[in-house]
Order: sequence, then C-alpha cells, then structure tokens
Amino acid sequence: MIKTDILIIGAGPTGLFAVFEAGLLKLKCHLIDALPQPGGQCSEIYPKKPIYDIPGFPEVLAGDLVDNLMEQIKPFQPTFTLGERAETIDKLEDGTFVVTTNKGTKHNAPVVAIAGGLGSFEPRKPLLENLAQYEDNGIAYMIKDPEIYRDKKVVIAGGGDSALDWSIFLTDVASEVTLVHRRNEFRGALDSVEKVQELKNEGKINLITPAEIVGLHGEGKLESVTIKKSAAEVEHITLEVDNFIPLFGLSPKLGPIANWGLEIEKNAIKVDTFDYQTNVPGIYAIGDVNTYPGKLKLILCGFHEATLMCQSAYQRIFPDKKYVMKYTTVGGVSGFDGTKKEAPKAVIKAID
Amino acid sequence: MTDIKLKITDRDGVMHEIEAPTDMNMNLMEVVRSYELAPEGTIGICGGMAMCASCQCYVLSDHELPEKSDDEEAMLAEAFNVKENSRLGCQLHISEEMDGLEVELAPEEL
Repeated sequence: MIKTDILIIGAGPTGLFAVFEAGLLKLKCHLIDALPQPGGQCSEIYPKKPIYDIPGFPEVLAGDLVDNLMEQIKPFQPTFTLGERAETIDKLEDGTFVVTTNKGTKHNAPVVAIAGGLGSFEPRKPLLENLAQYEDNGIAYMIKDPEIYRDKKVVIAGGGDSALDWSIFLTDVASEVTLVHRRNEFRGALDSVEKVQELKNEGKINLITPAEIVGLHGEGKLESVTIKKSAAEVEHITLEVDNFIPLFGLSPKLGPIANWGLEIEKNAIKVDTFDYQTNVPGIYAIGDVNTYPGKLKLILCGFHEATLMCQSAYQRIFPDKKYVMKYTTVGGVSGFDGTKKEAPKAVIKAID
Repeated sequence: MTDIKLKITDRDGVMHEIEAPTDMNMNLMEVVRSYELAPEGTIGICGGMAMCASCQCYVLSDHELPEKSDDEEAMLAEAFNVKENSRLGCQLHISEEMDGLEVELAPEEL
C-alpha cells in the first residue's frame, strides 16, 4: 500500500503544482495518472503548442511548462503511479481513503485531490460493428509487448506518429506489416514519414492509402479485414491478418470517477469554492475536472484552486495546528530532499 | 452588422435558430458551447486546436466556407462519422459570409 498525505489523481499542470503548494506545508504527495508520463493534456495533446496566459510567461510551450513544473516540485519528491487509472475509492474507519487503480495498485491518504482534467485518456476506437468480439483476440489499441507480433501478419490503421512509429518498429518483428490510412498525407515527425516511405519502397511496409478498414472477419479470433479504398471504382480488398492495431489517438473520458458518489454537473465535479472540496469531505477536485459558478477551465485557475485546496487539506490533516501562510521569498523553500532555497541575505558593510 | 443568424441542428435532431456575433473572435464550436447546444465536456474537448473531432459538424447549406487547413484535414482523416460535408466547428471563424449557415452536429464519439 502506497501511503501519502495528499493523493492527487491526475498529473497535469494543476496536479503537479499542488505538489509544490503541499510541499510548502510539509505535506507529501503521490500522483496517479493513466498516461505513461506526467503533464496531462499538455504533454499528450499539445506539447509543442504555445500558451500565452501563464502569469509571468509571455509565451511558454506546453511541454516546457510541464518540464518547469517538474523542476519546481523536485525538492518535494513527489512519487507517481503512471499508466494506471484510478478505479475505486473506499473510505476506511479512520477517515482516510484507499484508491485502487485498474492494475490493483492501492494508495492510502487522508486527503484525495482529483485533478483529472477531462478524465483519463482512452484509445479512440473505430466504429466497426463486431469490434468488441475481437478485442484481445487479434485487436489491441496499444502495443504493450511487441513480441506478441513476432512472425505475425499485422495491419495498423492511423495517420499520426504512433501509427508511423509502430509500423516502422514492427517491420523487424512481424512477418508482414500493412499500414492503412484515410489519406495519402501523414501527420507525424518528418523522419518517421521518410522512414515509412523508404520501407514502403523496399517492400517492407505494405501501404494502403487512401483507404480504411470497414470489416472484420474470423472465427473466434481475427483472421482477415476488409479494406475499402477511397477511390470509388476499386473493389474492396480482403487482407488476411493475425492482428489489427487501430491507432487513432486518445480521447479523455471521466470514467470511473463518475461513480465515486460525487456530485456531477456538466461532466465535471461540483465543488465549494471556499476550498474546492466536493460533497464528500476529504475529497477535493481542482482544475478542469471541477465546476462551480463562474468556472473557467484555465491552467492559471487550476493553480489557484490547488493552492487553496492545500491550505484546507492541511487543516483537515492537522486540525489543531496553528499555521499562517508564508511567502516563499521570506521563508524560502525547504525540500524533503534536504535542499534549501532562500533569498540571499543582504550584506551590511560600511562605506568609508 | 455584428450578428449573423445560424441554424444548428443538435445531436438529438432539434434545430435551433440562433444569433452569433461576428466581432467576438468566436468560432462555430464556441457558439455551440455558448448556447449549450451540446453538453459541456462533449464538444470542444481539445479547446479548439483541431486536435480532437468533438466539434465535427455537417454543413447543410451551400455557403462558401474557408478551405480546410492541413490540421483540420488531418484530424478529419482520423475522425469517425466523417462525410463529404464534414468540418470542425472550431476551425470555422464566425464571419458575415456565414449568415444563414445551416449545420448539424456530428454524433458524439463514444
């Protein structure tokens, strides 16, 4: 069981900044995120896009903002459970919570702060009628262990980096790699596009564009797919395959959090703006995942919410301790790792 | 003139005649959100960067609209329920030329 003071669900900018504010109050944080890396949408959807409304940054790339936040919270030694989705929450007799992920990892904390943004990112699935029956019987939306494709006939669909990169990678593993995309153009890193072109010329990738997969066939497991070429005059192609990997990116879903007994409005969690607590005492919601009158889904608002949440969490954990907020310029920043940052002392020296 | 009229059919098939300002730097996705014609969290998920297709709509009238950018083309190539007349609402900047535009919101991706 992982134990911490504040368990933060969601490692986007709001969740990351909460670690800093908690750290100033000497509270430790652990973060859970369904994505394999911290940063939430900033890292997953738009790392190379600029943001212009972070106070003090006339312009900052979303990916750089995440890097800066990770640097800022480093002294407070946050720990992470990445690539796992928070699934259930239970309240123990001592008033603390246990949050269990889809992989069974358990976390225990007196305070839970949901900073889940729009939800956890789930793969987008193509609209094919018998899709579900082949899931894990030839169809997978993520490649966890490339070895299962050893000497198999694999078809990948998609036009982004992951479709390109996995097509390239699997040419060394699978016996046959086919890449199907609705257009001739791919949206990926130039290197990857050129590499696929090269592998296509060498006959190592069977590229079918513009086309899409419209049918799935097989007894018990996937055996072939029907590919429709977009040009109307061409007959549909039937391709024998062992595996189909649709890589159409990820889309966020509120997911299991919706069933935690929290008041939900407009796909978001209702909170009291006094301290961003939900209707369940001890569970807070900060950032894009919450809603209240006047709510704006802005990173800068998430930072504010995280700050007030930490003050309330402190009082919940230490109800009898007196505390007043201290400016970092005055108090410095004392990390759990023994580091101390503080303003340099003024030098007093007489001038002759 | 600062307001134009739009006819927007929501995902339940209900048609709404609404007015949209041309001087507020708004796009069609934002207009739909401002009138709450689709539930929050089901439209404009990426915020308007042409990086999701939650604001996909079908253009029903024969208005001449600005060409699709590379980003919009690429996203529509990965979206579902795409038709010949599909556009991303977030890429349609409200302008006077759009007066009378009729669109239908594409189904929500589940």
